[in-house]
Amino acid sequence: MNWKRASIAAATAAPVIGLLAWGLTRDPNSIPSPLPGREAPTFALQVFAPGQGDLARPAGDTVRLTDLRGKVVVLNFWASWCLACRDEHSALSDVAQSYAGKPVQFLGVLYNDVPDKGTAWIAEMGGQSYPSVDDPGARVAIDYGLYGVPETFFLDASGRVAYKHTGPVTQGVVRFKVDSLLAAALPAAPAPVADTAANTKAGKAQ
Amino acid sequence: MTRLLAFNSIVVALAVTTLGAIFGPIAVRKGRRDWLMYLYAAVYTNFALVTLSTLALIYGLVSHDFSISYVAQVGSRATPTFYTIISLWGALEGSIVFWAWVLAMYAAAVVWFNRKREGNLVPYAAVTLLIVALFFHILLVGPANPFLPVFPVPFDGPGPNPLLQNHILMGVHPPLLYLGYVGLTVPFAFAVGAMLSGEVADDGWIKVTRRWTITAWAFLTAAIIAGMWWSYEVLGWGGYWAWDPVENASFIPWLTCTAYLHSVMVQERRGMLKLWNLNLMVGTFVLTILGTFLTRSGIISSVHAFTQGTIGYYFLAFIGIVLVATLFLVAGNSDKLASDGRLDAPLSRETAFLLNNLFFTVFMFTVLIGTLFPLVAEAVRGVKVSVGEPFFNKMTLPMMVALIFLMGVGPALPWKKAAGPELKGKLLPGAVLGVLVAAAALLAGARGVYSVLAFLFAGFALGVNVREFVVGANARVRAHGEMWLVALSRLVSGNRRRYGGYTAHIGVVLVTLGVAASSTFKQEQEATLRPGESITVAGHTLRFKAAWGREEPQRQVIGATMEWMDGDRVRATIEPRMNYYPTQEAPVPTPDVKSTLRGDIYLNLMAFKPDGSNVTVKVIWEPLVPWIWLGGFVLCLGALIGVLPGRKRTSDAPAVRASALAEGQP
Repeated sequence: MNWKRASIAAATAAPVIGLLAWGLTRDPNSIPSPLPGREAPTFALQVFAPGQGDLARPAGDTVRLTDLRGKVVVLNFWASWCLACRDEHSALSDVAQSYAGKPVQFLGVLYNDVPDKGTAWIAEMGGQSYPSVDDPGARVAIDYGLYGVPETFFLDASGRVAYKHTGPVTQGVVRFKVDSLLAAALPAAPAPVADTAANTKAGKAQ
Repeated sequence: MTRLLAFNSIVVALAVTTLGAIFGPIAVRKGRRDWLMYLYAAVYTNFALVTLSTLALIYGLVSHDFSISYVAQVGSRATPTFYTIISLWGALEGSIVFWAWVLAMYAAAVVWFNRKREGNLVPYAAVTLLIVALFFHILLVGPANPFLPVFPVPFDGPGPNPLLQNHILMGVHPPLLYLGYVGLTVPFAFAVGAMLSGEVADDGWIKVTRRWTITAWAFLTAAIIAGMWWSYEVLGWGGYWAWDPVENASFIPWLTCTAYLHSVMVQERRGMLKLWNLNLMVGTFVLTILGTFLTRSGIISSVHAFTQGTIGYYFLAFIGIVLVATLFLVAGNSDKLASDGRLDAPLSRETAFLLNNLFFTVFMFTVLIGTLFPLVAEAVRGVKVSVGEPFFNKMTLPMMVALIFLMGVGPALPWKKAAGPELKGKLLPGAVLGVLVAAAALLAGARGVYSVLAFLFAGFALGVNVREFVVGANARVRAHGEMWLVALSRLVSGNRRRYGGYTAHIGVVLVTLGVAASSTFKQEQEATLRPGESITVAGHTLRFKAAWGREEPQRQVIGATMEWMDGDRVRATIEPRMNYYPTQEAPVPTPDVKSTLRGDIYLNLMAFKPDGSNVTVKVIWEPLVPWIWLGGFVLCLGALIGVLPGRKRTSDAPAVRASALAEGQP
């Protein structure tokens, strides 16, 4: 038995095992977005579902992203055919309501769907507090590199994408992210934080 | 009851394998050969206990005992009995039970056949097998326990994954794969046993395991081909290989094992490549475990998504132990493994085998790197990449073509040194056939370099390998005056290993022709048809007759009846379907395939109007695809010829018996 050679050979296993161990901590299905930290692609889309109460905007109104500077924007892509969107619907609607009066704008963007079905879906789900816009031809979805629905983008007051969330969101996630962006908006420049794998693990429709 | 019986059997098996693994080395160290019977008894007892547990789980599945977690997970009262039984390997936990059972069976069989062998090789091999079994028992009582209690007991379950109950091949492919994958543990255990017992310089471990290795290799080959077939018949994309990480996981050890089957002959004949062969064998086993890890840990995204969970860490620990231990042992023993002989001439069979091994090894590394590259890229640069078909096709086609060429040259070359004129006579028929096949492919419209080379070399290899049979049989006819077929069968049974190998080569040629033709000449077309309308692809006309629907216990089926026309005559009826399972939102498309020797008509139902007024179908003409499946059978036939015991001849019986002894009959 050549002990020295044996030990050296055995040590060569370490990097292989290290790589595999590291791999286990990753989620192979998470698709990172290059958007966080960059300026959000602008859009001008028409409202088809007005929303309720203070948050409402009349149907047919055009929402321009550039007009929303100075506000934290929560952009939620959804569709009436998307099952996971049902899971997050009430969470988003309730949280949006609770931020009424603060510089926060929630906006739904209908993805690969027709407004009539979207309206019917909102009625079925018991209403939506914030307005939704239609995205004909999914042009804006393409600009945002949408991989599926639901996906939610959190834009800071300066119009940059701060976070991207893949899959259904929870109240906690939305509140935490909106609060931190609101807090960051008060001092000088907000430091955008990249999305992490951990919060993209939730299942979603593709 | 059933649950407790099944679970407790595994717990006792865990204890028995642990005791055996500790006790075995003690018995060997103390030189007490009379104690070895207890070690072997542990191996047999383990087999009995795991068999009991497996049967109990099957009974639980068949009797719809939903108090067992695994049954509650994959069982359903509506599933036909056949698919209920095979759902044993339909999900993670059950597949580990099945794995443990196959391993226990192999261990019991190999120990039984070799229990009387002198020396410490078999005891140490038995200990190695017990340690591997121990790992799977730990999985079964820990992260992959299928026998958890369920309360309250549900009345019914969701049933197995629809894709796994859509085709009878699901009853064939997984067991073959386990028999192949797990079977490779046997030569590995004997390689480790040889190193531990100090018998590694001797060819003993190779001879004892020769038949086991070929058998495992044949099962793995059959499993890969059956997997291709299943994917072709079920998934509806008209292809059979996609370089998916899990396909690669089964293919990578196949490459090293195939390399080993060739290079081991150089060791047996010339005493060379000892260290290399040892490396190939333990490497093959490590790659099977790595493959299993990739499949079951969720580390790489793949269509074969098994469940994720803590099981990945158990596998990681096991790979770590196996890798460190085998690298340690192999490197520590490398001094003893000097070559007895050396290469005499560049033009010899040894050289052909060396090149063969070079290509197989590079091939293996290419596929391995392509499979693991996404992981490496993310670790090193933090970017997500995916490695797909273009990479694998571009990188591996040259090696495949070179290997097929070698498959034609190798059998023509003698050991040690080849003589020019003799070689010419052996290669000429193959060369002529190769040129004819390549010319036919060119005429048919093949233009790709590798496509034409594949046809050329496939024809060449076919000619050379078939010539070996023909010339050998002719010689016997002249020498013994036998009938030709009698001469052929005696020729083969006189040297089963050699002619088994050539038979396998012919199988590879058939697979090559099927793959080359279907990837070069495939044609497809999609059309929306009203009843009575037809579509023509590659000269084959298909007429849409009617759409229909029916209820089956576990699913709803929508189908389209299409007629394959030959003029006005209906040549065959083809019925592609869509199956709707209650647990699945999207339908599972089920293509229908009509095979002929020239190729397949592959029909897929893409869409239909609910009133049956029209359907959209995709028609693919797949030339020579059945040759791939046929080639798979021939490959396995070759392996079977190779492992059957030699024919007992009256004239030279002592010689046969002596050579059989030397090979260590299992």
